[in-house]
Amino acid sequence: MTQIQNQTQIQSRFLTRLLSLIRKETRQLLRDRSNLLIGIGLPIILIFIFGYGVSLDVRNIRLALVLDDRSPAATNFVSGLTLSRYFNPVHADSVTAAEQMMQAGTVEGFVHLSSNFARELSAGQAQVQLVVSGTDATRAGSIVNYFSEQVAQWSGKAADRQGVSSPPGPRVEVVDRLWFNVANTSSWFLVPGLIVLIMTLVGTFLTAMVMAREWERGTLEALFVTPVRPTEVLLAKVTPYFFVGMLGLGLCIIAARVLFDVPIVGAPLMVVIGSTLYMLVALGIGLLISAVTRNQFLASQIALLASFLPALMLSGFVFDIRNLPLAVQVICYALPATYFMELIRTLFLAGDFWPLIIKDCLILAAYAAVLLGLARFVTRKSLD
Amino acid sequence: MTTSLIAFIYRVINLCNKEMLAVLKDPANRVILIVPPLLQSLLFGYAANFDLTDVPYVVLDQSSTESSRTLLDRVDGTGVFHRVATLHSSAEIERFIGNGEALIALHFPSDFEERLSSGDTAPLQLIVDGRNSATGNSAVGYVRSIVAGFNQCLNPETAVSVEVEARSWFNPNLETRWIIMPAMIAGLSMIQTMMLSALSVAREREQGTFDQLLVTPHTPFEILISKAIPPIIIGLVQSTLVLVVTRYWFHIPMSGSVGTLYAGLLMFTIASVGVGLSISALSANMHQAMLYTFVLIMPLMLLSGLATPVANMPDLLQTLTYANPLRFAIHLVRAVYLEGAQLGDVWRDMVPLMLIAIVTLPLAAWLFRHRLI
Amino acid sequence: MNQAAACVSATALCKAFEDKKARTQVDALKSIELNIPTGSLTALVGPDGAGKTTLLRLMAGLMKASSGSLQVLGFDVSADPQSVQDRISYMPQRFGLYEDLSVQENLDLYADLHGVPQAERQERYQRLLHMTDLARFTDRLAGKLSGGMKQKLGLACTLVRSPELLLLDEPTVGVDPLSRRELWEIIQQLIDDEQLSVIVSTSYLDEASRCDRVYVLHGGEMLAQGTPDQLRCEADDCAFLAVPAEGKPPRELQARLLDAQEQIVDAVPQGGGVRFVTQRDVDRSALEALLDGAHCQPLESDLEDGFMVLLRRRLGPVEANPEAFEGDGDGRNDEVVIEVRDLVRKFGDFTAVASTSFDVRRGEIFGLLGPNGAGKTTTFRMLCGLLPSSSGSLQVAGVNLRTASASARKRIGYVSQKFSLYANLTVLENLRFFGGAYGLRGRALKQRIGAMLDQFDLRGQEKTPSGQLPGGFKQRLAMAAGLIHEPEILFLDEPTSGADPLARRAFWRRITALAEGGTTIVITTHFMEEAEYCDRILIQDAGKRLAIGTPQQVRELVDEQGGNLSMEDTFIGIVERNRQPEKGAA
Repeated sequence: MTQIQNQTQIQSRFLTRLLSLIRKETRQLLRDRSNLLIGIGLPIILIFIFGYGVSLDVRNIRLALVLDDRSPAATNFVSGLTLSRYFNPVHADSVTAAEQMMQAGTVEGFVHLSSNFARELSAGQAQVQLVVSGTDATRAGSIVNYFSEQVAQWSGKAADRQGVSSPPGPRVEVVDRLWFNVANTSSWFLVPGLIVLIMTLVGTFLTAMVMAREWERGTLEALFVTPVRPTEVLLAKVTPYFFVGMLGLGLCIIAARVLFDVPIVGAPLMVVIGSTLYMLVALGIGLLISAVTRNQFLASQIALLASFLPALMLSGFVFDIRNLPLAVQVICYALPATYFMELIRTLFLAGDFWPLIIKDCLILAAYAAVLLGLARFVTRKSLD
Repeated sequence: MTTSLIAFIYRVINLCNKEMLAVLKDPANRVILIVPPLLQSLLFGYAANFDLTDVPYVVLDQSSTESSRTLLDRVDGTGVFHRVATLHSSAEIERFIGNGEALIALHFPSDFEERLSSGDTAPLQLIVDGRNSATGNSAVGYVRSIVAGFNQCLNPETAVSVEVEARSWFNPNLETRWIIMPAMIAGLSMIQTMMLSALSVAREREQGTFDQLLVTPHTPFEILISKAIPPIIIGLVQSTLVLVVTRYWFHIPMSGSVGTLYAGLLMFTIASVGVGLSISALSANMHQAMLYTFVLIMPLMLLSGLATPVANMPDLLQTLTYANPLRFAIHLVRAVYLEGAQLGDVWRDMVPLMLIAIVTLPLAAWLFRHRLI
Repeated sequence: MNQAAACVSATALCKAFEDKKARTQVDALKSIELNIPTGSLTALVGPDGAGKTTLLRLMAGLMKASSGSLQVLGFDVSADPQSVQDRISYMPQRFGLYEDLSVQENLDLYADLHGVPQAERQERYQRLLHMTDLARFTDRLAGKLSGGMKQKLGLACTLVRSPELLLLDEPTVGVDPLSRRELWEIIQQLIDDEQLSVIVSTSYLDEASRCDRVYVLHGGEMLAQGTPDQLRCEADDCAFLAVPAEGKPPRELQARLLDAQEQIVDAVPQGGGVRFVTQRDVDRSALEALLDGAHCQPLESDLEDGFMVLLRRRLGPVEANPEAFEGDGDGRNDEVVIEVRDLVRKFGDFTAVASTSFDVRRGEIFGLLGPNGAGKTTTFRMLCGLLPSSSGSLQVAGVNLRTASASARKRIGYVSQKFSLYANLTVLENLRFFGGAYGLRGRALKQRIGAMLDQFDLRGQEKTPSGQLPGGFKQRLAMAAGLIHEPEILFLDEPTSGADPLARRAFWRRITALAEGGTTIVITTHFMEEAEYCDRILIQDAGKRLAIGTPQQVRELVDEQGGNLSMEDTFIGIVERNRQPEKGAA
């Protein structure tokens, strides 16, 4: 009987302390505008930038046209380009002029039709010169591809029109279907990926700094010599930032649905569960970093290096991991962010592919358990 | 006149010396200033890659004939595509693509051979994982070019053909790394240059030494110079590290002159230090200085043309980038490094950098004594 | 557990810190034996670096002993720190308040953590807030409080509950005499009402003399222990008060006495005279010569006298190097170097300094006294040009430093409350920097650095980063940095807070020597007996000027006879008299 009473008493004290500490953390969080800037301002900025500013789609290619041949065939060739949704052609007087435009960055490449284009064409074999600026390699590659395809289409039709050829002959036509991204825009995969970045920022960067600040300012010395347990200190630290991270998730979901029409094909509950797991991982890393460094500057730099930049560069957010050298891939697959990136994109765009979802969730859960356990182990009530 | 100038120089050297010591005495700081740029430049040099190198695919060949096998041989022959599985029903496609085991699926219909032999057009269905649409689209382009080559072989004597002779300037093999690495020379150093300068005043405020500094006969101008020089030096050292990695590890040839490059980098670093110091003067403590800087660095990096060209951004954002020192720096470094631009060619980048420095540095100096908060 | 059991007992307790770089060990505590009975009030005293803080941290379970055993409240601390922490309250030297929480929120937090029942809180809060004079500021953020008020809030947070054992690490550093007195009343009341045990480390020996038992630590060893009376007896029959002949400032006599270490153990100014303690085997004729005709009478020894005797016995003669300061003799004259007229500073609707006027003359030691939050630091910052005034005029060395050219600042030196030094720069690098900042270089710089190292006894520490220096060294280095360019005027903001009696003696010996040489000194302090060293003092409260004059004149404001009233009682008398009508109106 008394034991049960004791038990409940201990529990209620634990709760009082925990709630009080959470209240304290929440107040501190809300009072410093810079925290809210990271928690809310930055996600909005990032959504805006990744939704509108950064696009990996190739559209509106600015090409200069240099026509040394004014024959109907040449004009017809050019009209094909003008009508395409990929190209925004402008005319240039000479190759030199086009080169200058390219140097100045007003066009991304130019097309040159030599004066004997029509003559060559009627002989069955014509040449078109395409020069692109390689300053954006991916885009340049796409420009070459799109242009070649445009030309191939045109020449097929031209052959029909001229009636030169016998029947077109056998050929394979590629019918491509881009699954999971009907709109074929990069914002569909960038915006869900932002959730990973934002949670990493809040969970690791912000939390590491806030905890390191307590060590640095010596606020923990008095706190330690109270009945408070290290677990309570950590739990209280984690709770408000967990919700800030979830706020980021909410912002991203709203932006995805409202601004960019990104579907959420998978189970919404799984989105929440997966995000919760990753948030715990991020918080674990943050607490671990701060407990080891106990210094704001170091904590922030390590948090950036060990979690944010890898999440940006190595998690498959923009750059597909499959394209990387093996050694780098090994690093990528050691990062929890990689698994969350895969999970969140699948849930948003592809749907409930359970083997993948379960695999990723288990990996994240394991990371969360290990990291939080380590953080608890490292945080001792000791000044030694 | 000369004596006062000498006295001024001595005071500035003395101050700079203190600033350098404050940053570099801590061994942990030394590590954190040298290792990250090196590590990042190596890692990102490899990671920043849009070029397809490995495409896992599955095939559902319902025709299973000579033609489909020939086409598949061509696909396998590229070295980029590797087959994960050969499927027997279209239902399996969803599983492989959905679970991320394959990026594309090739589906040959059962009448593939018949259509070809009757001189018809045979469809090849290509299903692509669009979760990363950039990779997906590249893969489509790749398959299309393979198929085009296949078609060419089927009809060696097509009547009309227009041959595209494509050339690429500045980056002959169209490698992403060539574009990313020069940009990193400016971009990577900016992160810590800005953070260091933002922290330098905030740290002194937090520790109370800034008051001590203000009661010495130093003028705000002297304090400004000496707060600026150490991060400038550190920034240039970091840029040099990335430059070395770019040139000698990734062997990306440099067309322009080192002198021009450093003139540009110097101007850029001064501008970023000006931004950092202004933040510093606006912050109440280190925590704020760090967060404000970070919130600023993110858009600066993303809207700089580092990963995606400025020209592709909406007009509003393009206008905003005119206040972004990194935008000009990246343009400048690429122009000098890849295109061999001379000082006279890059004035359009130098002038905005100079303007940013002219605005931010005096603002920071004024804020030393007139705090807003 | 029986009542008489020891609440803290230590046997052969050692604590060593490893210096990773030098691969050496520093023994912070060497074989300490302690037995503190339950329900007693115990003081730990000792100079800087004696190991007081380390001992308290060991008791609080924040550090583990290197060897030996330590039992607190019947628990082995190293084995079960949490059980101890559940039962004690501890106030660290630097109480880490949450600066972005308000006063009330800080209190609530600690009340919750300690599990104080809601029913008891209101009464407790009221008492604590009244005691600390923070009731007006419950909604203010802790970060916006003045240094002393923060300290008081830290104490209030520690006292939100009545623990079985209360550990206080220098709780009254930077706290003004009024609050100090109230605070000790609270502690006393807690002991009387609730039978709790208190262990307090302090550098105020008058506080230690209130305790049941005093432990004197030195260099990690237990130098002496006993009741205050037992320790006091060390100086029995050796304490005297000398009043110099009319017109001679007591501090000259005091300096002379202090320098004669063979005869004299200690000398401090007190009530217009000099209190001094002789060696036991003092040579009477030599003493007569030293006194130079000053009237001398025996006094009853107090704890501080006993402490000084104990330390002197241990340390032997201490070098003070006063000669190094001797300037060209009489540097003082009537030239006014600081002129303040109707100075006002407001922060929003809060008036920090209200219409204050005063003059300071060349070579004067001018003391600025007042309770916490009285506006002393604000006045200082305005004088040094760090803060613009809201209205009024001020001139320092003929100019307003806020608007004057930068080179005018060469004429002042400033030592701030926190001893603002660059923590990761070594002693030498700090001095070199500040010297260079004032335009010194080459041989002149080297010579001044050498002089400063000698005068402030910093030799041997040149290569230590200033952040790792013990408190006393930090204070001396800050002084050295402020004086390296030989300023005409030196501003010192609470330079002796937290310093032990020995360090304070040496400090004032240096200050008086500087003034002799013609340096004007403006200083704030919470040690009221230190006001006796000043030529004139100004007492401020709530931004207003309450009194100004020589210590004797100020003393006479309270007590017509004036003779023996201590400066502390004088100060409290003046401040309370001024606050009275205010309270009546409210």
